[in-house]
Formats: sequence, C-alpha cells, structure tokens
Amino acid sequence: MTPRLELRNISKRYPGVVANDDISMAIAPGEIHAVLGENGAGKSTLMKIIYGAVQADSGEIVCDGNRIERHDPATSRALGIEMVYQHFALFESVSVVENIALSARMPFDLDALSRQVVELSERYGMPVDPRRIVHDLSVGERQRVEIVRCLLQRPKLLILDEPTSVLTPQAVEKLFETLRQLSAEGCSIVYISHKLDEVQALCDSATVLRGGRVTGTAEPRKTTSLELARMMVGANLPEMHIEPARPSPAPILEVKNLSADPPHAFGTALRDVSLSVHGGEIVGIAGVSGNGQAELIAHLSGELRHRHAEAIRLEGQPVGRLDAGERRRRGLAFVPEERLGRGAVPGHSLRDNAVLTAHRAGLVRGGMVDRGRAAAFADRVISRFKVKANGSGAAAQSLSGGNLQKFIVGREMELAPKVLLVSQPTWGVDVGASAFLRQTLVDLSRAGAAIIVVSEELDELFEICDRLLVICQGRLSSSLDRRKTDREEIGLLMTGGTESSTHKGSAGALHH
Amino acid sequence: MDLFVAIFAGTVIAATPLVFAALGELVVEKSGVLNLGIEGMMLMGAAIAFGAVVAGYSMPVAILAGGLAGAATSLLFGVLALTFLTNQYAAGLALAIFGSGVSAFLGRGFGSAPIDALDRIHIPGLSDIPLVGPMLFRFDPMVYLALAMFVAISWFLYRTKSGLVLRTIGESPQTAHAIGYPVIKIRYLAVLFGGLMAGLGGAYLSVAYTPLWVENMTAGKGWIALALVVFATWRPQRVLLGAWLFGGMTILQLQGQAIGLAVPSELLSALPYLATIVVLVIISQNRQMLALHFPASLAKPFRPAG
Amino acid sequence: MHFTIEQRPQPSAAMRVAAPIIATLLTLAVGSAFFAALGYAPLAALHAFFIQPLSSANGLSEWLLKASPLILIGCGLAVGFRGNVWNIGAEGQLIAGAIAATGVGLYWPAPDALLLPLMILAGIVAGMAWAAVPAFLRARMNTNEVLVTLMLTYVATLLLSWLVHGPWRDPAGFNYPQTALLPPAAMFSYFDPAYRLNTSIVATVIAVVAMWLFTDRSFLGYKMSVSGAAPLAARYAGFRESSAIWIGLLAGGAAAGFAGVAEAAGPLGQLSPQISPGYGFAAIIVAFIGRLNAFGIVLGGLLMSLLFLGGEQVQMTLGLPSALTRIFQGILLFFLLACDFFIFYRLRRSGGH
Repeated sequence: MTPRLELRNISKRYPGVVANDDISMAIAPGEIHAVLGENGAGKSTLMKIIYGAVQADSGEIVCDGNRIERHDPATSRALGIEMVYQHFALFESVSVVENIALSARMPFDLDALSRQVVELSERYGMPVDPRRIVHDLSVGERQRVEIVRCLLQRPKLLILDEPTSVLTPQAVEKLFETLRQLSAEGCSIVYISHKLDEVQALCDSATVLRGGRVTGTAEPRKTTSLELARMMVGANLPEMHIEPARPSPAPILEVKNLSADPPHAFGTALRDVSLSVHGGEIVGIAGVSGNGQAELIAHLSGELRHRHAEAIRLEGQPVGRLDAGERRRRGLAFVPEERLGRGAVPGHSLRDNAVLTAHRAGLVRGGMVDRGRAAAFADRVISRFKVKANGSGAAAQSLSGGNLQKFIVGREMELAPKVLLVSQPTWGVDVGASAFLRQTLVDLSRAGAAIIVVSEELDELFEICDRLLVICQGRLSSSLDRRKTDREEIGLLMTGGTESSTHKGSAGALHH
Repeated sequence: MDLFVAIFAGTVIAATPLVFAALGELVVEKSGVLNLGIEGMMLMGAAIAFGAVVAGYSMPVAILAGGLAGAATSLLFGVLALTFLTNQYAAGLALAIFGSGVSAFLGRGFGSAPIDALDRIHIPGLSDIPLVGPMLFRFDPMVYLALAMFVAISWFLYRTKSGLVLRTIGESPQTAHAIGYPVIKIRYLAVLFGGLMAGLGGAYLSVAYTPLWVENMTAGKGWIALALVVFATWRPQRVLLGAWLFGGMTILQLQGQAIGLAVPSELLSALPYLATIVVLVIISQNRQMLALHFPASLAKPFRPAG
Repeated sequence: MHFTIEQRPQPSAAMRVAAPIIATLLTLAVGSAFFAALGYAPLAALHAFFIQPLSSANGLSEWLLKASPLILIGCGLAVGFRGNVWNIGAEGQLIAGAIAATGVGLYWPAPDALLLPLMILAGIVAGMAWAAVPAFLRARMNTNEVLVTLMLTYVATLLLSWLVHGPWRDPAGFNYPQTALLPPAAMFSYFDPAYRLNTSIVATVIAVVAMWLFTDRSFLGYKMSVSGAAPLAARYAGFRESSAIWIGLLAGGAAAGFAGVAEAAGPLGQLSPQISPGYGFAAIIVAFIGRLNAFGIVLGGLLMSLLFLGGEQVQMTLGLPSALTRIFQGILLFFLLACDFFIFYRLRRSGGH
C-alpha cells in the first residue's frame, strides 16, 4: 500500500543546532503513528516541516506517492494535512466560529459555518459553542476548537503536537476515543509525545527521536516502556535521590484568603486562595494552564501587589503590598515560566543578567555595577550548574532553553533564598538537564528552603513534591499528601470536581 | 441660528482631514503596525495635490495624486518597519521629518497665492432646504467621501473575512502566519492604505480647506489623528466622533477669535492640543476597554520563522 | 539560487561599527543623485553641503555651536529611549527652558554674578517641568507619552508666540515679535569674541560623560536598560517602571531646558519664535544615529549639525531651500535603521528548491 506520507532524509539546522538530522519515516492510511522523543529531540521542528510551516534544508516529503515540491501550510492543507499545535493557533479576541472561518476554505458565511461546526463537534463527541469568544474558553475547550477546525477540512493526515500536556487524565481518554474513531475512518494520525503510557495506549507504530536523529522504530504495544525509554534518552536513565522532608515547625510563606481581580482583560480572578509552605518541603501546584497559576505566582513574587499586606506573609511578616524587589530583599527568589524576556533579558549578556536579581549580592557598589564581580558571579553559576554557554559574555538568547533555565535557577539559588518559587521548571528542557534541575530543587529544600513548584507535568510534581495543591478557576484546593493521593484524584480536582469525602490525603494532615 | 449652522458645517469640514488620516491609521494599527509618520504623509499629499492644481490638473486628479503621494511615502516606512524590522517609533519619526522636508522642498515653487477651492455640491431642492440644506447637502464631495470611507472601513473590519484577517494579524502575527496568512503582505497593504488616506487628508487641507500651500501647513494634524485612534480605542465610530469633537474645538476657537474674546488667540489655539491631552488621560483610565480593542501586537516587529 | 535572511546567532560587532558608516555613504550617494537630478554637479553640491561649511575657523565654531545642543538633548533623550520612554517633545521642553531663562534674565533683579546661574537653573527646571507632565500622566494615569509630549510642544510654541507678540515684546523692537536683548551678564561668554561658540558647550561635554557613566556603569542606568529591553524582566526583578519613566523624561527635559537657555543666552541673545531650528526633533535622530550611546551621540550630533550648516550653505550658494536639511536627516535615519537590521540578521545564499 502507498504510504499516506513518507519522509526521506529530512535535515534542518538552525544557527548553532541541528534540529533534524537525516530523518526518514512512513505513515500508512489510517495508521496512528507516534513520534516519540524528549523535549528538544526535534519533534516539533519535524512536524512543522511536514506541515510546511518550516522548510527543511534537505530531504523529500512524499504524499500519496507524489513528491511535494514547494512546501508551505497552504500546500499541506490542499493535500489534506492538518495540524493541531501544542500552543494553539487561536486568536483570543475573536469568536470560535471566526477563528474557524479563518482557516475554512469556503465562502465567508458565519451562520452556515456555525451550523457545520455544531454538527461536526457532536458527531465526534467534542462539544463547542461557535459563538463564544476564545479568551473565555478553557484550554481543553480550545483544543476541541482546534481539532474541530481541522476535521472540518476532512483531513487525510492529522498532526497533533503534545496534545495532552494541557489536559486532565479524563479529557485525555475522551480525546483518544475521537482519534480512534478518526483512524477507523481512514485518517492517518501523527501523534507527537514524550509520554510513553499514552503512546502505548493509542499508537500503532512509533518513530523515536533523540538529538534530532531517529534512534529506533517500534510497535509500542509490543515494546516495553523500558525499551522505549532507552531509545528516547539513551542508555543511562538518571536517578533521583530524595530524602524524606523535615518541614520547619512554622511556615515560611503563608497565603491567607487571597482574592484578586484579573490583572488584565484575559486574566483569571483569584478566589480565596490559602496555602502555607514550610522550610524543608516542596509544595506543588497542579492545574490546567490558564486557571490562575500565572496570577497566583505573580502575586507571590510581588510582580503584582495586593491591597492587603496581610494576605501574604513571609516569615510571619505581612508582605502583600511589597513589590518584587522588596520581597526579594526578604529572602524570596523566583524562577518564572518565561525565561527570555522575564527571567532574563534576551539581548543582555549572562553577566548583565546576573545583575538582574543578584545585584543585592554585592554586584553593585556605590550605585555602580561592579562588572568584575558580576562576571565572577555569572561564571560561578555557569560552572556550578554546568551551563553550556560561551562564557559570561554570551547573550541570554544564544543559550538553549535548558541551559538558560539552568542559569536562571542557578542564579536564584546562589542567592540562598528562604523561599523559592519555580514555575514550569523543566519546560523544553532535555531529560538530563531536567533531572539535574529537579535534583537541585530537592537538595535546596532539604537544606531548609521552602519551595513552591507550579507545573503542568503531573509526573514531575509527583516525583519531587511533598504536598500537592490543585488550582482550578482561580481557586486552590486544600493540601494533599503526595504519598496519599493519585493522578485520578488530582485530575478530578483539575476539572473542578470537589474532593470526595473518602479521599485519602486530607487537608492539613501533614502539619500542625 | 445662522451661527449654529456655521459652527456645525465648519466642524464637519474641519474634521474631514482628521477623519481621513485617523481612519487610515486605524486600519494600519489594527494590523499591528504603528506609523507615527502621518504628519509627513499628509504634508506630501497636501503638497502634491496643490502642485497638481497649480500645474493645471483637474481637482479629482489632483486629489488622487495627493492620496497616491501619501501611499508612496508610507511605502518607505513599510520597507523599514516590515522588511527591515526597525523600531517603528523611529521609522515613523523619520518619515514625519522626511515628509515635511520633501514637501517643503517641492512646495517652494508653488507661490503663496490661494487657488480656487474644491467646489461644493449643490443638489437643487435638497441643498436649499432651510437649516437642513446647509447642514447636510452643501459640502464638497470630499466630505462625503470621508463619510463613505468610514462606512466602508467599518464594514470591511467587522463584516468581511479580509477584515477579520487584518484584525487577527494585529492580535497575533505569529498565529496568523502559522495558519497560513501572508502577514507581511497584508501589513504592507494596510500601511499603503493608511498612507493613501493620510495623503487624501493632506490633499483636502491644501485644495479644499485652506486652500493654500504653506510649509508644515498640517500644524500637527497628523499627530492629532494619531491621538484620535487612541481616543477611539481602535473603533471606527469613535474615530469619527473624536474627529468631530476636535473639529468642533477648532471651529469654536476660531469663532472665539472672530467675536474678539478677550483671550489671546495663541491661547485659544492651544485649546485643541490641551483638550487632546485631557481626552487621552480620560481614555487611558479604562484599561479593560483598551485591552479589549487594542491590537496586541502593535509596534512589535514580526518576522516569519522558518 | 536565491538569498534568504536569517538571524545571526550573535549580533555582529563588525556590523555595529559599519552600519552608521554604510548609512552615511548611502545618504551621500542618494544626495549626489538628488543634486544631479536637480541639475547641479553632484560633487560641487556635496562639497558645498558638507565640506565648505567646515573650511573656516568660523565654520568650525558654528559646527560645534550647533552640534552642542543636539548632542546635549540627544544624550538626555537617549536615557529615556533606553528605558522605552518615548519623549519626542524635546522641542517643547527646549522652548520652555528658553522662556524661563529669558524671563529671569530680563525681569528678575538678580546680581550680575548670579544672573546666568539663575537662568540656567530656571531653564532646566522649566524643561523638566514641561517633561514632568507626560511623566506624571504616563506613570500615574497610563497615558501615552508620545502624544502628550508632542501636544505640549505645540502648546509651548503657542505660548512662546504669545509672549513675544504680546507681554514680552520689545517696545523698541520695531514691532518684531521678539523680546529685548538680554543684558551682558545674562550671556554665556565667548572663547573668542570673533566666533559665536560659547562656554555653554562645557555643559554638553559634562552631559556626555555623565550619560556614559549613567548608562554604561550605574545601577540606575542598568535598571533603565532592563525596563526598556524587557519590561517583564524589570517587573520580575522588582525595578519600578515609574522610576524609569520619571528618570527618562526628566533627563530629556533637563537637557532640552538647558539647550533652550544656551540658545537664548548664546547665539540669539533674546527670545524669538525662531529660538530653535528644530533641535528638539533633530536630537531624536541624533540619539538613534548614536545608537543611544554617549559617544555615538557625539558623532551623530556632529553629523546632524553639519546637515544644518550644509542646508544653510546650499541655500546661500546654490539657492536651494533649507528644507534639504530635513530631507537629508530623514534619508540618513532611514538608511541607518535599515543598516541596523544587518547587525542582527544576515543574507545567506541558499540552494533553493
């Protein structure tokens, strides 16, 4: 049978990095084909090449036996190739049906299109309301819009890039049902993921990437997780060393009944949020993105200030009205989710980026930046955290995501914080660096710091946190002991389900 | 009553160059591009249109030439901002200075004599109705063209697919590019349209409103057009409203001078500028509303990846 | 075969130096073509524009005299531009400074020795006050400073016009719109009475050094540059946006205010509507040509001053309008901005499909 899509010797290099190196694979009609790999393995680049959003430097793409000559998204879509992006390609300020109309090849008739959308979404069990404005939708709803948008084109090949990273476990199962239905109707699916269990549950075949190359192909259902994992990360799987937590008697960071209006038109209001973090422990905050994580973390860091000083206490002192600098002076440090542009100034050197928060560690004297000391500080972070960079003079934007993250985490940790806030610690970071970063966080906590980790990766939270809380629509659940809860319970809370009366890790059971 | 009619008609006429320029800039900004150089484009339009009349071309040709001169000037900005990804503030300022220089240079041969202004329409019957006639049916064609452009732009932005594409490019060019729209090309078209409109606004000043050529005769109208777009929170109806308010302010100040108010004319002339500041301050207070209509990618350079 | 544009992994240091030189050469090339199109011999016209003004001691004095306010204001504005604060109303702040200084000089009964210092103080304060309005409005009221600084420029121009036509008009001035001449004690002193260059240029030299220290070495300058390059990073680090706004606008206002004093108490000796030939606007270009860097601004100011002189020269010798100055300013800035692109991007030959 002619493959629906065949890639032959695809290569793509960016300045300083080879994203794809001689990749070949074939996907049959109706096949669900996984592209498996760690963050940074080159999966997303490969998918953009298939879709035509990025041009390969060399190699061929063959669709239904025909070589694609000039490739761009319009060509792909004419050939029946559709893509659901990891970070959705939706516009916030317009309605669902307007978003769909933008990619529909049909006359501009929003009413007719709305009817089609409703029809199709019912058929595949993915309810969407075409008239709603996208910024009011949850992440799961947005994904449904994306998929419905693709299905409207009657695709022959559907590409999904990490589609479950923003879904609750329950929503993942529903998505899989839809995908199986599509496959049964003859639509090929390319499923990009780094999650082994999902690939084993869904996919017929898998191509595994590492460092931009194919390191193996497999039938996931007949291959053990260990074998797949080896192909993904190489021979040595890193191991974590986690000692039991010994929390300090009094909490270091306390939040009491924090409520706040959304800071901008597309934000989330915080509703009566309370939590406390003790020295020596890591508290994780789980949730589907867009449920108030950004607002909560900005209030904790001081980037947003609160009306009531007492809403947030640091070592017992009210700090709610202090700005980020004043809170940092009292021992708070923060690793934000956006590394370029928030955690670091893209065009500035690492030396200058050291000054950003470490200026209070003696890098400024008499109102003047001490360049020698700043460089020494940056060099210290670079060597201690094994940052791969061209010295302290390298611009932040020249570092890979993982290395910049190591630099930022290192910079914050060098300040010996009493409280460390970390948002998405290992997003886009390769597996080796992720393990290193997680270990670093655990070690810091065991040395006495109070740590809050906000992450959308449940695996990560379960691995390093002592307690978990779930945020949903701006409300924070009560605290759950990591050892006494499971993914299912967290998943329910992520969708706003209330804690069951029989649930295992009751609030506050860990302390007091 | 005659005074009222005079003030009303004067307001509509004084607002017309602003309506052209500000509606053009609105379309540009909706696509996520900030062109500060309206003043330069208006001056080019004013100079070329006036020059065309002096050279003996007909009014419609002269006005069209003014519009095209504005568009051609805007192309300079487009190349810098869209192809060379320069800071849009700087590119716009350069355009304002350049346009003022080139127009002054071209205008040195125009002399200081006024020309015959663009004729006003006269519809037998309608134009003669007392009160209503002079208030609605005795303007020159450009006044009606400005209103037609307002209707067309409102319809285009909110009722057509192309308008939807333009607005969404203004929100996120990355996303628009990802789903296959030619962001740069569309932004070029928007910039050219903005230039055309500014050129028409300038042409109106020199061949209908004054009708004279004087160096830097726009006297800040390009900047006020820019302020009007902010004042309008990026919505066409409010652009029209703002332009009329501003036009009204100008006319009242002229009336004030005419009837010999005991206030120096310079201080009255400063009123529209001060009023603009006050209005800007008031508008800026409603952050929520600003955020909802604000083109989120405004003035941010964009280059397609890949 | 065709070319594609790609981002450089690191900004090119060589291009950073070369860009202004290439831009200047391109401007000269376009200028030659322009003169040729007008029917003038390009080399002779360029000679008249760029060489002739500098071929006498008086020419050099005029060159520095005009470069001084441009450099001074350029430095002040660049402090703000680095922090993403867009003060484009330096012209108005200059006028405010000139008005205040002239007011003190003419109407304040101060001892001679104190008169000029008081005028300088008044001018700087007035320039800052004119800039404080947009600073307050942006910091506290979220109002766009680009538009407010510009609107206030028109207001300042009208205020000046009213004063010199009305209450401050020189009764012995044959009805010209200008004030009486400032007393000798109110004037900056000349280095040599044969030339107009005066001691106010000392302030420019000090400003350049201060600007360099501030932007390149001081922590405050560092915070401003973070605010400008990455506002979210500034907020993340706890640097207050409002202080960047205030510093940025007040620096420009103070510099422009002083420049206003220097014009009134220097070459003009009085207040008239022609107090500034557009220094406040040209200084914006100077700041950009100088890449917001102190020493770059010195070069940019010298270049821009030459454009002013050249415009006057061709007006005298060739009868061309002085509007040429603005045309050249615009073209120079266009080319400079375009050349800057190649600091961050490069052309690469690609095989093509």
